[in-house]
Amino acid sequence: MRFHTLRRTLIATALGIGLATPALAAEREILNSSYDIARELFAAINPEFRNHWQSEHGEEIGIQQSHGGSSAQARAILQGLRADVVTYNQVTDVQVLADAGLVAEDWQQQLPNNASPYYSTTAFLVRKDNPKGIESWDDLVRDDVKMVFPNPKTSGNGRYTYLAAWGFADQHFDGDEEQIHDFMRTFLRNVAVFDTGGRGATTSFIERGIGDVLISFESEVNNIRQEYGEDDYEVIVPPVSILAEFPVAVVEPNAERNGNLDLAQAYLDYLYSEEAQRMLAGFNYRVHHEAVVEEFADRFPDTELLLVEDIAGSWEEAMETHFDSGGLLDQLQRRR
Amino acid sequence: MSVRSLAIGLGSTPKRVLPGFGLSLGISLTFVSLMLLLPMTGLFGQLAGLSLAEYWAIITNDRVVASYVVTIGAAAVAAIVNAAFGLLLAWVLVRYEFPGKRLLDALMDLPFALPTAVAGITLATLYSSNGWMGQLLEPLGLQVAYTWVGIALAMSFTSIPFVVRTVQPVLEDMPHEMDEAALTLGASDFTGFRRVVLPHLWPALVTGTGLAFVRSLGEFGAIIFIAGNMPYETEITALMIFVRLQEYDYAGASAIASVVLFASLALLLAINIWQGRFIKRLHGGHG
Amino acid sequence: MQRIGDAPAVRRLLISAAVVLAALFLLLPLVAIFAQAFARGIDVFWANVTNHYTLAAIQLTLFIAVLTIPVCLVFGVALAWLVTRFRFPGRRILQTLIDIPFAVSPVVAGLVYLLLYGRNGWLGNWLDGYDIQLMFAWPGILLVTIFVTCPFVARELIPLMQAQGSREEEAAVTLGAPGWTIFRRVTLPNIRWALLYGVILTNARAVGEFGAVSVVSGAIRGQTNTLPLHLEQLYQDYNTVGAFASASLLALIALLTLVAKASLEWRAARREVHA
Repeated sequence: MRFHTLRRTLIATALGIGLATPALAAEREILNSSYDIARELFAAINPEFRNHWQSEHGEEIGIQQSHGGSSAQARAILQGLRADVVTYNQVTDVQVLADAGLVAEDWQQQLPNNASPYYSTTAFLVRKDNPKGIESWDDLVRDDVKMVFPNPKTSGNGRYTYLAAWGFADQHFDGDEEQIHDFMRTFLRNVAVFDTGGRGATTSFIERGIGDVLISFESEVNNIRQEYGEDDYEVIVPPVSILAEFPVAVVEPNAERNGNLDLAQAYLDYLYSEEAQRMLAGFNYRVHHEAVVEEFADRFPDTELLLVEDIAGSWEEAMETHFDSGGLLDQLQRRR
Repeated sequence: MSVRSLAIGLGSTPKRVLPGFGLSLGISLTFVSLMLLLPMTGLFGQLAGLSLAEYWAIITNDRVVASYVVTIGAAAVAAIVNAAFGLLLAWVLVRYEFPGKRLLDALMDLPFALPTAVAGITLATLYSSNGWMGQLLEPLGLQVAYTWVGIALAMSFTSIPFVVRTVQPVLEDMPHEMDEAALTLGASDFTGFRRVVLPHLWPALVTGTGLAFVRSLGEFGAIIFIAGNMPYETEITALMIFVRLQEYDYAGASAIASVVLFASLALLLAINIWQGRFIKRLHGGHG
Repeated sequence: MQRIGDAPAVRRLLISAAVVLAALFLLLPLVAIFAQAFARGIDVFWANVTNHYTLAAIQLTLFIAVLTIPVCLVFGVALAWLVTRFRFPGRRILQTLIDIPFAVSPVVAGLVYLLLYGRNGWLGNWLDGYDIQLMFAWPGILLVTIFVTCPFVARELIPLMQAQGSREEEAAVTLGAPGWTIFRRVTLPNIRWALLYGVILTNARAVGEFGAVSVVSGAIRGQTNTLPLHLEQLYQDYNTVGAFASASLLALIALLTLVAKASLEWRAARREVHA
């Protein structure tokens, strides 16, 4: 008896859920595969683009978002996720798609600024009044400083931090390999916690009270400060840091299959428009549009931005010599 | 009893009196092949692309080896703690009546019911130096979060129900006469427990602890937030697999995963064989 | 007659030890989840729960669970019947094979499905020719959920059915009862609690699975985001309250199933007393 009732309930529930699932929308829809902390950014941009397209073409469209770790997101597309466009925080993850023939070979030439509509750099978040007096990278290798940043093995954010420190050391020691290695060894030893992602690192620093400095994207540390209290934390942009690009590209075979090629292209172009650039700057990203740059000038201190190409040759070489299994990162972290 | 021991006795081929052999065999084999074995071919396909030397180099990389030590060590500690704690809980739930007993009983399943990622975030919140528990423990010199103690704690949390739920039914089925007799013969509670109860519970306790241990070897979500993930010190093997995946190194990930898989399967097979042998011995003794 | 551990002092000591430890170890995390979820008041909590994306995630999660349970039920009962009622070569191996999902790390479980049914997998490639996409859509989530949950029912049933033996069923056969009747009238009443417990574990795991699902879901908001994935994403967005609001929903689902189980057991116990 009881089992009959149970069964009836189950069937009813299954039917109910089935019927409640939204009917397929007739309108065109594009899917944007993006990195994990960009949800609010695109939640702000997408409606504006929808209006923009509506007023230009008189067509209602939908935009779906998928968020996750940049590498995991690219992997999903390699395995068949039918995203129309990608907006990532790591050049290598778009390049993987290009190597697989899903993104045009010359994708970095197809849009201005290496197909990166906005950029950022690596900066520090310190506690109120900067008690440890941290101003630049060489303050981080002092014995009394503990830092938090995500694991370079699992996070693009962490890789930028590592390369920025390397670039600083390279400049500071004039390319002396032994001194650079010593610097990096101490730098890595001063890490209190290696979280797998940027958000985990933030939690460790803010909510668990670990470490004297959190290292992350400039946009991130500013957002964190706004979120957790302007008076409790300070943002330090070191005089030398790294250029972090946020590359975008159309996944052509998917967009074609979905009949969205024009829409996908327009979506990425829109990110370069004054309107979108202003929104991006509002989320503390550095942008290229001159009027907007001027408007937000006081938010983004001047700093020397090193290129990954100058530090390690290219992203590909950086992965090979530094981050792959058995690479320099592994060697520097080896127990001695 | 004779029918049952006949059916269980090895070597004798009993007649299949019960219906449903074909049907249940069909369903089971189809399911096992399609849902379990077929996907596993993907894993072995990745491994086939590696030479033996490459495979060996991946699984004996010293950072990976350090992660085995951390994982096995923490899982062993968690299993031992769970054996003691689980036995206590099962005993109290079976033998005593007290207010709130039903609540306590229901609470036992919580670690299974709670998504592991939620458990991880929550435990890290509780045991960090400014969390409810961390604030109490830190002054005593016990740092839990970001040390291997935290790893063991998370493992222990996610696997405690295995021990409780395996021991509980056996304790319930234990005949009254057994421990009553021990007391009548003048044994103390402790001696009686050691001589009469423990031998009866032993197989269930080992099975439950073994399952808890195996579960701990593969756990990722609950641990990663509280581990700190420092190379050589608090990196678990599941993280090593995760790292390889992030590098698009499917073969490397599969290689390390296969080590965990074989170790776990060997342990589970040992538990199954041991359990079967024990049941046989038990029935042999009765028959 | 006295039994071991019945002395009042021992009894009190053991009960308090168990209760205190369980409270610290199991109850406190549960309390912490709800404390975090309501940290900014009930309005914020409610706004987070009734958010469009949260509702979609709840719907998908329940849908997957409702489809997973019957599959695991049929398989679990068939397998338990097979290995406890018959002896045949390979029985022990079969019994160990169903433990594979316990032995495989969930992320790897997701990966093996992706390698098989993904665009580069041989099966996925073949299906793609017919424009059938399993991965990054609900069928993929369903498949991996079944994979990680299928051992629970069987694992609950096998030890019990082994211990009970097949004497009663054999007696029914000699009385000439047909197979289904034997199962329904003789076996089912004996195993229903274990069965129910298996279903509860299956449901709990199906609702809460993160690692395996995260690999095959594609995490499209409002479409292929299950509640645990949604929770993780809110956490990434610095929306701690939202994340814990979703966590508290999952905890609530867990609590409801546990209460359901407890009350069914209680009713059964009462019926036994009356009989």
